[in-house]
Amino acid sequence: MSADIFNTRLDARKRAGMISHGLFMAATIVGIVALTALLYTVIVQSFGLVAVENRVDPATLAVNGVPLEELSKEQLIAILQANLSAGVIRRYESEQPFAERTRENVYALVLERVVQPRIVESWSLSDSLLRRAAIQAETAAKHPNAKLVFRSWLRPDFITKPQASVPDLAGVRTAILGSLWTILITLVVAFPIGVGAAIYLEEYARDTWLTRAIQTNITNLAGVPSIIYGMLGLAIFVRMLEPLTSGTLFGAADPTTANGRTILSAGLTLALLILPLLIINSQEAIRAVPRSLRQAAYGLGATQWQTIWHHVLPSALPGILTGNILAVSRAIGETAPLVVIGASTFIVIDPNGPFSKFTTLPIQIYQWTARPQPEFRHIAAAAIVVLLVMLLSLNAAAVLLRNRYTRRW
Amino acid sequence: MALPSLAIPHRDAGDTNGVYAIEARDLNVYYGNFRAVKDINLKVHRRQITAFIGPSGCGKSTLLRAFNRMNELIPNARASGKVLFQGQNIYDPRVDPVEVRRRIGMVFQKPNPFPKSIYENVAWGARINGYLGNMDALVEQSLRRAALWDEVKDKLHQSGLSLSGGQQQRLCIARAIAVRPEIILMDEPASALDPIATLKIEELMRELSEEYTIIIVTHNMQQAARVSDFTAFLLMDEDRAGVLVEYGPTRQIFTRPKDKRTEDYITGRFG
Ligand SMILES: Nc1ncnc2c1ncn2[C@@H]1O[C@H](COP(=O)(O)OP(=O)(O)OP(=O)(O)O)[C@@H](O)[C@H]1O
Ligand SMILES: [Mg+2]
Repeated sequence: MSADIFNTRLDARKRAGMISHGLFMAATIVGIVALTALLYTVIVQSFGLVAVENRVDPATLAVNGVPLEELSKEQLIAILQANLSAGVIRRYESEQPFAERTRENVYALVLERVVQPRIVESWSLSDSLLRRAAIQAETAAKHPNAKLVFRSWLRPDFITKPQASVPDLAGVRTAILGSLWTILITLVVAFPIGVGAAIYLEEYARDTWLTRAIQTNITNLAGVPSIIYGMLGLAIFVRMLEPLTSGTLFGAADPTTANGRTILSAGLTLALLILPLLIINSQEAIRAVPRSLRQAAYGLGATQWQTIWHHVLPSALPGILTGNILAVSRAIGETAPLVVIGASTFIVIDPNGPFSKFTTLPIQIYQWTARPQPEFRHIAAAAIVVLLVMLLSLNAAAVLLRNRYTRRW
Repeated sequence: MALPSLAIPHRDAGDTNGVYAIEARDLNVYYGNFRAVKDINLKVHRRQITAFIGPSGCGKSTLLRAFNRMNELIPNARASGKVLFQGQNIYDPRVDPVEVRRRIGMVFQKPNPFPKSIYENVAWGARINGYLGNMDALVEQSLRRAALWDEVKDKLHQSGLSLSGGQQQRLCIARAIAVRPEIILMDEPASALDPIATLKIEELMRELSEEYTIIIVTHNMQQAARVSDFTAFLLMDEDRAGVLVEYGPTRQIFTRPKDKRTEDYITGRFG
């Protein structure tokens, strides 16, 4: 009887469910395919065959049958002096006296200035694997003096070496250090301010039109294009606060900088950029703390601050961290605002503090991809791998930290 | 503000010192423009159990929370009138609600232990209130009084959330008595529990009433009849504001109610 008043249409309901199930799965697959494609292009460019031509055959530089790689520092210096003009030698001497240089450093100079290996052509990993014979024939015809070697553009050297003008010798060490310094400043500045503002808005501020206006503004600021933040940073940190951001105020100015285009400016700009997201994420985490927990604390005669400090914050912290890991990741990958505030294009000296000139990994990648020579494409790809690994390890560190904090009861 | 002001005896109502623990005078509580309880006058007997009964929405919880200023945590809730505690109006602007809540504790409907160890659950309130004595002893004593010690003494450093619902509620009671309140307010403390756990809580209340004044809100008529010494019956008037219909010794309320509406409610002919 009761069945008559229900038209259950079970088949139609199940069909609708199956259709959405299929759609959601398709969406997931599209995402996975896009990600795989990204990784594929990056990996394929990071490895591959190269044809190398030396200006001077290293074999001819051997001394008494000892190959170039095994010569002593003094012998290497002698080779330099024999092959380079006195002016060039003087310039290197004034950069850093040869007496103080390591053997590795001198050896690198010999390679760079005397042997001068030149990559005349390079191929992607897929080409190298699939068309090896054709590549060999092509190289023999076009570059009879060149040697074909397999090259991993992503190698320890690439990470430990500073930026250089020759793609073959360039590394990302300065860029990695720049990124780490910048993000450190961003974190140190943005995290306390963001969490503090979230606590204020959630726990203390009364619900007035003013707080609502502020809240709306914060939400909207989270959607402002990052380049606008770059312009803001340029106006405020680089120009207006120059004495502060360049370090002259503290007598710590980098003599080569002499303006506000420093790591400090970059870090502060990125801090501004992620602050709205950070506040919103932290607010959400704080709001998710159950009322009953607060009531329990107040009911025992706790003050508002004791309640926040002992119960609300510890309960909200995992959520705050989870939400903010993403915001910080975004800052690490940010390029546009840093270009606007004047990231340096070419830095060979390690940044050594907040007042150094800076470059970051994304900036480096951006510049390399803009170069016409094909080798830069390979090192840009390798740098992308480094950036991804750095992002992943920073995120992993943050997740580990979070899990340590959340000894869930 | 410290509490010297609360300690001044007999400032306003002489009779709150002996027989009565707390007294409401012309108490009204509003949520925005809505008056949730209206003109309540009620004297709660010291070291007795007083039950608030009445249909859902009549303002029992609101009235209960007015006794330790917990309503203030609700945005736009506000009270007028007086609540006299030890001769002092707790709504006096000079009185700090934080101190009021330490001396008038609260146990909630849903057990809400802190996500901390059992030990910490009991110790925290005492610690933040600057307890100077031996903490281990205080924890043990509070858990014993809450009839929980034997069940948890071997796992004091496990999570308070790992206990059963009934044990959690007794933990909340232990937590409340650890700060040495004079009055304990309980809002349907057993409504989320099974009959056996409920009986345990009721037994516990009877024991605690030798030392503490207890006010309990309950929907369970038998419970009110079983555990309470005094019963207050509340009802909504035509504006949906809660009014106190009848208040007296539990036995009298349940056997010879003076008001027809009380009788209807108790015998189940109503709401
Ligand atoms: N936070 C609040 N904001 C606005 N109105 C509220 C709030 N809490 C309660 N009220 C209203 O106040 C009146 C009394 O509520 P209260 O919770 O005190 O009733 P109660 O007697 O405890 O009911 P129950 O037995 O269902 O718990 C109700 O009409 C309710 O809608
Ligand atoms: Mg209620």
